[in-house]
Amino acid sequence: MTLFDHPIGDANEMANGKFAARQGQPLGMVVDGSVTNGVEVRLDSDVSVERIKVGTFVTLQGSNNRFFGVVTDIALGSTDPRMKYASIPTDDVFVIQALQGTVAFGMVSVLPQLTLPDVLGDEQGPAAAKSIPDHFSRAYISSQEDVETVFGSEKDGNFWLGSPLDMETKLCLDLGELVKRSMGVFGKSGTGKTFLTRLLLAGIVQNAQASSLIFDMHSEYGWQGQDADKGVNVKGLKQLFGAKVSTFTLDDDHSRRRGLSTDETVKLGLNHIEPEDVELLRESLNLSDVAASCAYNLREKYGEESWLKEFLDSGRNGSLLELADELQVNPGALRALYNRMGRFTRHGFMVEHSRVDTAALMIEHLERGQHVVLEFGRYGDDEAAYILVSNLLTRRIHRKYVEAKETAMGGAGKEPRPLVIVIEEAHKFLNSSVASQTIFGIIARELRKYNVTLMVIDQRPSGIDSEVLSQVGTRFSCLLDNERDIDAVLSGTSGSRALRSVLSRLESKQQALVFGHALPLPVVVRIRDYGTSFYETIEGGGDSEEEKKRKVDELFR
Amino acid sequence: MKRRLGEVVVSSSTSFVAQCYQLEMAPALGELVRTDLPEIYGVVGTVTTEPLDSARPVLARGEAAVSEGDIIRDNPQLSRLLTSRFEVFIAGYVDKNVTRQYLPPRPPRVHSFIYSCSADEVVEFTRHLDLLRLLLNSGASHSDEIVSACIRQAAASHDQPKYFISQACRTLAVELSADVPRLNSILRRISP
Ligand SMILES: Nc1ncnc2c1ncn2[C@@H]1O[C@H](COP(=O)(O)OP(=O)(O)OP(=O)(O)O)[C@@H](O)[C@H]1O
Ligand SMILES: [Mg+2]
Repeated sequence: MTLFDHPIGDANEMANGKFAARQGQPLGMVVDGSVTNGVEVRLDSDVSVERIKVGTFVTLQGSNNRFFGVVTDIALGSTDPRMKYASIPTDDVFVIQALQGTVAFGMVSVLPQLTLPDVLGDEQGPAAAKSIPDHFSRAYISSQEDVETVFGSEKDGNFWLGSPLDMETKLCLDLGELVKRSMGVFGKSGTGKTFLTRLLLAGIVQNAQASSLIFDMHSEYGWQGQDADKGVNVKGLKQLFGAKVSTFTLDDDHSRRRGLSTDETVKLGLNHIEPEDVELLRESLNLSDVAASCAYNLREKYGEESWLKEFLDSGRNGSLLELADELQVNPGALRALYNRMGRFTRHGFMVEHSRVDTAALMIEHLERGQHVVLEFGRYGDDEAAYILVSNLLTRRIHRKYVEAKETAMGGAGKEPRPLVIVIEEAHKFLNSSVASQTIFGIIARELRKYNVTLMVIDQRPSGIDSEVLSQVGTRFSCLLDNERDIDAVLSGTSGSRALRSVLSRLESKQQALVFGHALPLPVVVRIRDYGTSFYETIEGGGDSEEEKKRKVDELFR
Repeated sequence: MKRRLGEVVVSSSTSFVAQCYQLEMAPALGELVRTDLPEIYGVVGTVTTEPLDSARPVLARGEAAVSEGDIIRDNPQLSRLLTSRFEVFIAGYVDKNVTRQYLPPRPPRVHSFIYSCSADEVVEFTRHLDLLRLLLNSGASHSDEIVSACIRQAAASHDQPKYFISQACRTLAVELSADVPRLNSILRRISP
């Protein structure tokens, strides 16, 4: 070793050689390892372990391959086990400096996940790593180029979601790939699920490969959403994309009160409700099995279109007992059904008979390439209303998609546009007791056969039927602290033990572990800010001159 | 300025012993010295002053003297009966203008002159610190003392003594990575 050289200069130049321009910051060298457990990298003496975090991406430059991996563990090592017991003068910088990086050093475990093409821009992409780098291979923090090679870059049309842990690098998602399978956004309350979803939806609208239908429980996606922490409103999809987004509302008053105009007001007729819907509402309406099944008898008697109306009429006329007798059902159960449905159908969005087929109207918009947001207004807090309406509409829309797809397969007509349906509180529709019956359960299970996929948002993923969950291709998980929820989110993923610790260590906001179908490997992402600078990336999405002026005026008032 | 310190009287592959021309004029422990043609460098490891004739031990003579200086003045023959020697551990040599920090093929010849090194020579020779390994393994019972004395001595010749010392400490840490207690004890002797 020469004294006046940078202590690691030599080794770097040697290994860097032809790759110099592409390498990130040097970390150390591979000293041990195996395919099953990953490799051990001894950190260079000038690299502090404190600068490395679990989950950091690392590029390993082997003699013939470049490996892309993730830090799975960090440890303190020493060349002499007796060091632990030696009395080290910790206040003596000379001694400490001498020991650090020589006798005492940092070790990081890196799991090589992919091999990278050796020539940048090479046609062949990254492939799963089936080997490990040689001894003494140099390790680097992955550079922006490496991350782009693995996850795709913005200039290739991918969507910039945020940045990997502790990196400024842009992490991108292939939205075309994302919408091919169902996806899930999980995390406990206040972790940023809604913000992340809004961001993803903005990406999907921009990307224009798929349409979306959003059942907007808390009216956060259409015109504007709330940033409760900062106490400001954020722009919704309609504000950002104008005509590309159509807003429907169940609650005209609510929209009017907020001074917003919506494109359509939804009215549902009693004739739209089917016994299957009643079945779904059992839990939220607190109906017994028997009571709910009466609906089927009623349909038998009065027919598809008018069973509910006739039933409610006869209840009002006081002839429930005779009706029960006639149908041979338990009169108590029938009365319970009458009471609950009677109360339910007094909601403002219910009308006796509706000729407008809202589902057909929505499909019209969707087919035009628009995205539909259905705002629930004040009904958002009514679980039964949310479940009923979203099921009812989705069932009809799905039916149309199935027809369209089948016609297309028969050679007549074109493929329906891929559709992403967004639902919140997904466990209410997809728990084990109803998943087999709801349309959402069906959509989740039939994959993308009919070009319809789900985007489920939930803070209690353990409540979702495990079979349905296993069909959720790409998962975005913000912080979760309930063991069962963590298990549920990670179910069916390889390496879930390592991911577990990552998941429970996420920051409480705006950070998500993203993994599954649309990504080559799991990654922790600091989600990009959803705010002014994001709006500006959207054509026409930034503030108009007028808006800017207004905001400035407000500031100085 | 090169100052002649003495002459090689015993020589071996790893070390040599030199006799001083003047009593008590040996170089300091850990000092870098060299021979000329071939230029062999070494570090002073042991300094001894003893009777020339081992059969005639030195006796205490100062009982009546007022000061130590009086003893020599009153017994001028004494300096003729004593001699100072120093043992030097070989740390490398210069071969065709290239500094090598390993043992030379042949030790210095007996009667080779020994010179002190100028500050520039010290700086030049200690650009590399492989000599520390030779010293650690010298086999001397006090090799740790020799190493630490050598580093302290050499540091004084460098422009940035602290930087030199920190580099030397790191080199030692690499060499002694499997023996932390020993490393620790040497570091404590060097740390300024
Ligand atoms: N990407 C982001 N950009 C800006 N702010 C964010 C982002 N993600 C989260 N936040 C902040 O975190 C707060 C909570 O986010 P959000 O409302 O999305 O949580 P949530 O998971 O949907 O909660 P809940 O389960 O209660 O609906 C937001 O009000 C906002 O201040
Ligand atoms: Mg939310």
